[in-house]
Amino acid sequence: MLKMTHLSKVYRTEVVETYALRDFNIDVKEGEFVAVTGPSGSGKTTFLTIAGLLETFSGGEYHLDGIEVSNLNDNARSKIRNEKIGFIFQAFNLIPDLNVFDNIEVPLRYRGMKAAERKQRIMDSLERVGLASRAKHYPAELSGGQQQRVAIARALAGSPRLLLADEPTGNLDTQMARGVLELLEDIHREGATIVMVTHDPELAARAQRNVHIIDGQVVDLSEDPRFHAAHAAVADEAHG
Amino acid sequence: MLAYYLELALRSLKRSPGLTALMVLAIGFGVAASMTTWSVFRAVSGDPIPWKSAQLFVPQIDNWGPNGRGSDGEPPNAMSYNEAITLMRDHRARLQSAMYQISPSIVPADASKHPINVSGHAVYSEFFPMLDVPFLFGSGWSAADDAQRAAVVVISSKLNQKLFGGSNSVGRTVNVEGKDYRVVGVLNDWNPQPRFFDVVNSGGFSTGVEDVFVPFQRAIAVGMPNDGNTNCNAVPAESGFVGLQHSACVWIAYMAELDDAAAVTAYKQYLDGYARDMQQSGRFGWAPNNRLRDLPSWLDNQHVVPSDTKVSLLVALGLLLACLVNTTGLLLAKFLRRSGEIGVRRALGAPRLAIYAQFLVEAGIVGLSGGLLGLLLTGVGVASVGWVLPKDIAALARVDFSLLVLTLLVAVIATMLAGLYPTFRASRVQPAWQLKSN
Repeated sequence: MLKMTHLSKVYRTEVVETYALRDFNIDVKEGEFVAVTGPSGSGKTTFLTIAGLLETFSGGEYHLDGIEVSNLNDNARSKIRNEKIGFIFQAFNLIPDLNVFDNIEVPLRYRGMKAAERKQRIMDSLERVGLASRAKHYPAELSGGQQQRVAIARALAGSPRLLLADEPTGNLDTQMARGVLELLEDIHREGATIVMVTHDPELAARAQRNVHIIDGQVVDLSEDPRFHAAHAAVADEAHG
Repeated sequence: MLAYYLELALRSLKRSPGLTALMVLAIGFGVAASMTTWSVFRAVSGDPIPWKSAQLFVPQIDNWGPNGRGSDGEPPNAMSYNEAITLMRDHRARLQSAMYQISPSIVPADASKHPINVSGHAVYSEFFPMLDVPFLFGSGWSAADDAQRAAVVVISSKLNQKLFGGSNSVGRTVNVEGKDYRVVGVLNDWNPQPRFFDVVNSGGFSTGVEDVFVPFQRAIAVGMPNDGNTNCNAVPAESGFVGLQHSACVWIAYMAELDDAAAVTAYKQYLDGYARDMQQSGRFGWAPNNRLRDLPSWLDNQHVVPSDTKVSLLVALGLLLACLVNTTGLLLAKFLRRSGEIGVRRALGAPRLAIYAQFLVEAGIVGLSGGLLGLLLTGVGVASVGWVLPKDIAALARVDFSLLVLTLLVAVIATMLAGLYPTFRASRVQPAWQLKSN
């Protein structure tokens, strides 16, 4: 479903080159629920934005649902984003001036879908997240957990092949976070492929597979000396 | 998608009414100022006879010599009686007419009524077909009437209304300067602006209507004096109207119809040949220095379009530009404030083109609203233009359908142009950065 090979992302200025991702390799199979973890600044979000075609990359290859995306133009990338990818963001990213119905409608509008089908899909996805009665509410009238559910409904309405979630419970309290996580698990059980970036080890543990990123590279934690060094430091601190 | 973009645009504009009002006011005032001055400029600079102006020519003959020329070497802009009569006699153009301005008194048949002072021109019979003058009743007079100095007259529909109640007066008699003239034609509404056939005497524009036209030689024969400009390089040897005819003073306008380039060349050669003959005869002590300009060039040469209308137009266009620059800034601020929304839309599948279209539609609606306000203000501006421009010029400005359409088009197109840069910036918003920063 999602395969990156020797992928790199470099931010260049006149004096310095900064590698956000370096020789980055990952292969997510269809139907997998993968958690991507790593410390702040490790490249998790850069990986996610490249995976979601929101950003280009500097080298390597990226196949999404069998399509090599590196040479696609803006229209083609937008079409793939619209039809194959659903985004769930930490900050929900609902448009404040649009009500719940209109927010969920946004990706469907860009797909050129007829009004009746749009309405059907919106109501189905709202039913799915348990917010059918809130269709006319504005984001500011909803709790954080409800807003995230609307964002999930917006992602689901387009029936995407891949759900990309960036810290989906990062802005929620424990109870709301649990509800959102259970919803994601339900969606995964129904066959969706989910890639979720998170800091939260508890959340990561609920995924089928964990991928750890350090300094822009995917690492096998058991073989990484930095991992052992970090553990040793934590142990020393505990004993000392 | 257009309906969706319209809905989004209206929603966005309603969300910030103050900013929207500011942009609409800026566009409205800028467009109104431009369209008001344009309505004046259009009136004074338009081609008064577009279907024929390229075939109408004004000859100039240098009968004054180097001492009488302007600094640009131009010969006099009117003709002396001698040159005008010679050109008419030689009759080298297909149609031509010498003409001078008259202002005779019309004595009504009803003795109890006061004489009416009217203005008009003494012309040749070819004046009417040459300038496609429209007739309500009858027609112009004949070449035979010219030769016989017949007492015939063509009157305006306005004078016909006054004297004959608007009925067909052809064959009836009008008393001009105490003599009876037979009406041969009544003009339909005809008051071309600029008054191209005699810009020297009219100054280009006149709110008054030409009420009478009489045969040139008849007017000369009865001593109907020139009521237009007279320019002399020397004091005439004889006094009075007859002395003017014998002098080198210039006071007669002249126009000829030349159908093609060959006719123009031949006519120019004829003029130069005439001047050379005059040189050889000793009357002209200088080489030929003639001009032959078509009507548009002639109007340009005579600066018929007042320079203050040009300046006003330029100032107004400058104001519009300033308003548009202001609008560009306001749109830029408004659009970039919505970078977060743009990022979300891009992430959800909106291509750059869709963002471009959405924001351009929003700019278009601002332009349309500014245009509607501009229409109202243009109406006020056109009604008030007499305060700053001469009455004859101001009276020509009017709001018509084409001005309405133009006002809206200018407002919408100019605002969309002003919106191009903000829209471009909006479409270049990097969704990844926006979403990360949220």
